[in-house]
Amino acid sequence: MSVNEGKELRIIGFLCNWCSYAGADTAGVGRFAQPTDLRIVRLPCTGRINPLFIVRAFMNGADGVLVSGCHPRDCHYSEGNFYARRRLEVLKALLPVIGVDPGRFEYTWVSASEGQRWRSVVTSFTEQVHALGPMPGFKSGTSLDMCLCHMDQTQAL
Amino acid sequence: MASSIDDLKTEIKKALPGLDMVIAWAAGPDPLSHTPLFITEEADVERIEWDPRCSQNLAGYLPGLRGKKVGIVVKGCDARSLVELLQEKLIDREDVTIFGLHCTGAVDARAARKALGSLRGGLESVSVNGGTASFSMSGEPRTLPLAEVLQKKCFTCTGADAEVCDHFIGEHGEPPRVTETPATTLEELEAMSMEERLHFWEDQMSRCIRCYACRSACPLCVCQDHCAAQSREPHWVDQTDHPREKLMFQAIHALHTAGRCTECGECERACPMGLPIMTLKQALNRSIQDLFDYRAGTDPDQAPPLFEFREEEKNIKEREW
Ligand code: SF4
Ligand code: SF4
Ligand code: SF4
Repeated sequence: MSVNEGKELRIIGFLCNWCSYAGADTAGVGRFAQPTDLRIVRLPCTGRINPLFIVRAFMNGADGVLVSGCHPRDCHYSEGNFYARRRLEVLKALLPVIGVDPGRFEYTWVSASEGQRWRSVVTSFTEQVHALGPMPGFKSGTSLDMCLCHMDQTQAL
Repeated sequence: MASSIDDLKTEIKKALPGLDMVIAWAAGPDPLSHTPLFITEEADVERIEWDPRCSQNLAGYLPGLRGKKVGIVVKGCDARSLVELLQEKLIDREDVTIFGLHCTGAVDARAARKALGSLRGGLESVSVNGGTASFSMSGEPRTLPLAEVLQKKCFTCTGADAEVCDHFIGEHGEPPRVTETPATTLEELEAMSMEERLHFWEDQMSRCIRCYACRSACPLCVCQDHCAAQSREPHWVDQTDHPREKLMFQAIHALHTAGRCTECGECERACPMGLPIMTLKQALNRSIQDLFDYRAGTDPDQAPPLFEFREEEKNIKEREW
């Protein structure tokens, strides 16, 4: 049930098991219409998130990355999201320097009961990424492209 | 300068009997950069050199020498690396004897070689006075503007005196005054679109030979054989020669030194390809200063900002959507 018309983009969501993943589930159980571009990776806690997960996702061709966890002071492990908040803010400074538009990455807090809020977060973030379009690639393509090209050449021989 | 080098030698001779070694600089095979000197006997003290060719930050040797009593000679920026190592408890204050100096600026060997042309006939001395650098080549003086021959980090030096030290040698002074500095890579990037920035790094990284000298030279890269760049589980970086993987490695280095990097410039100085990799760290440092009002390497009693948190962050706005 795509809210955004046209081609889907690749958006990766890193969701904390205790709040946001459950919140997304609540939205599903409530049958709220949502865009379907987001691929969810479930994590025990936002404190588990290494900012490099996000850089790697972009390097591997993601068009957007969304991180969502428990509201501050609601962390299942007390302080995971507090550490995450600092790390993710610092990451925000790196992305635009390497050429990733800051609008392609957001982090937010959604609790297990906030199904409606989850829907609005996913919808606005997906719209934001669609407004930016697909993530520009490297001129030299990906190494997978190079492999495939090499395979084509070998087969042609 | 002559007097401070003599005072330095005298102080080191006095301290040497109580130490396992003292790390300083000596003339190296390259006329434009001095090389580290590990002093264990008094006779070695005479080999010490101290002038703008003493570029290398020697603080990077300290974590590996932990447990020994080590003396070390430092410039202002080197002292900040040392403070950072103390903050992170990677070295013990009571085991380190610090000989601090006032620095007039460090020569960028690559830029100076280009500016000077042939060095045949030798290079006897290098000094910085006011806004210029003087090179004495076979008795002939050559004078060049600082902006042409100093390391880029010296353009924005935040303190040329070693602030944390046991023995301060010579006179205190100001950082070099460099005028008409070219735009930094960070400023150049700011003028580009996001896509241009990505392609800028793609071009730069296509020249990277993945030697990891930038990592090895960094005084804060202490993981040694456990570097994320070489781990197979998880496999952060693949083995292909693609610019993307090299940029990924630079992201690892920048994020692993976030809030810790003192902009000592060793990563860039060590890079054989002359890649502007300190830019990524500078960008993070600017943001860390704004977010946490923090500058690495200034206070031994502080903790780096990513080692801790506040429940209410003064400068982080909660997302409203
Ligand atoms: S940054 Fe400052 S202390 Fe360091 S080498 Fe340059 S002038 Fe000297
Ligand atoms: S990242 Fe570069 S500038 Fe920063 S501490 Fe390491 S070597 Fe020095
Ligand atoms: S030192 Fe330079 S060439 Fe070597 S890995 Fe680092 S960036 Fe690449």
